[in-house]
Amino acid sequence: MMKYWEIFLAFFIPGILGYGGGPASIPLVENEVVKRYEWMTVQEFSEVLALGNSLPGPIATKMAGYIGYDVGGILGAAVGVFAAVAPSLIIMILLLGLLTKYKNSSKVKRLTLYVRPVIAILLGVMAWRFFFESYEGIGLWQTAIITIASYLLMERFKVHPAFVIAGALVYGGFLL
Amino acid sequence: MQTQWNIFIAFFRVGILGYGGGPGSIPLIHKEVVDKYNWMDAEEFGDLLALANTLPGPIATKLSGYIGYRVSGFWGMMNAVFATMFPTIILMIVLLTSLSSIKEFDWVQGMVAAVIPVVGVMLAVLTWQFLDKAGKGMGWLQTGIMGLIIFVLLQLLTIHPGIIIGALLLIALFKKDKSTAKEGEPS
Repeated sequence: MMKYWEIFLAFFIPGILGYGGGPASIPLVENEVVKRYEWMTVQEFSEVLALGNSLPGPIATKMAGYIGYDVGGILGAAVGVFAAVAPSLIIMILLLGLLTKYKNSSKVKRLTLYVRPVIAILLGVMAWRFFFESYEGIGLWQTAIITIASYLLMERFKVHPAFVIAGALVYGGFLL
Repeated sequence: MQTQWNIFIAFFRVGILGYGGGPGSIPLIHKEVVDKYNWMDAEEFGDLLALANTLPGPIATKLSGYIGYRVSGFWGMMNAVFATMFPTIILMIVLLTSLSSIKEFDWVQGMVAAVIPVVGVMLAVLTWQFLDKAGKGMGWLQTGIMGLIIFVLLQLLTIHPGIIIGALLLIALFKKDKSTAKEGEPS
């Protein structure tokens, strides 16, 4: 029972704090799943994130569904998804009228604005940890090659992330 | 019945075709809801999107849930949320479970190792997008100062991000309007 309560909390907190959609909740989920409850190592979490990013659909529910399943089976997946989705959806349905009234209030706009730097820092720290972990695992040169190549492919040449991940898998399968 | 089927198909397509997480699927939702099924007009959708963005949580399920609710009540909502996320969660579970059963092979470990920097790049790009929005929204100086303070609180004092976000939300709500003071430090 305790386990399901923890799964609920682990996805409820990112769900109500993540301003900026699912991607904003990635570092918050990581904070709960890796640091607080230690269900996964950074490495395992990165696998979930890599696969999650190469599949279509909302990222927050993919993480909640899979991690919930990993920790507590099908019921765990259901609890995780519910905790990620329900609170914000219920607020949305209940408060839409009220929100419409205050939509141009500077207070409402500031809510999203003020949270952004926190999310940015959390994401930045996480990115740094991924690079550092890679440096420790496969060394500076391999890390640099893959980093630069994937940056150029995704951001300059607009190659679809799924293909970049697939390319990295092939590269790693043969050369690492 | 036909309505429920339409809701299911509309959001199933959104879930299966939307890359880049929820925010990446917004144009697809627009296409289904406004262009194909005429459940709302473009202006209404724009308003809905703006409001959804002022609330926390995943954007795709907020939109699909609300639209499903509007079109056909509670079951429309359940149907829409389910259709948006179920297919990809199943894919995730199947792929990751099969991955972990072959994890011991060297070549699999090589594959996993090569993906880590790619995810690092994706996160770095996301970081930049959030910083850029923050900088354009409230100025680079304030973003920089806030970023620095938040970094110290999070990394050096290891305060839970929830507490910091909570404090910032309170500041956002209680700060007087029209004041241009450069506060913003969570106290």
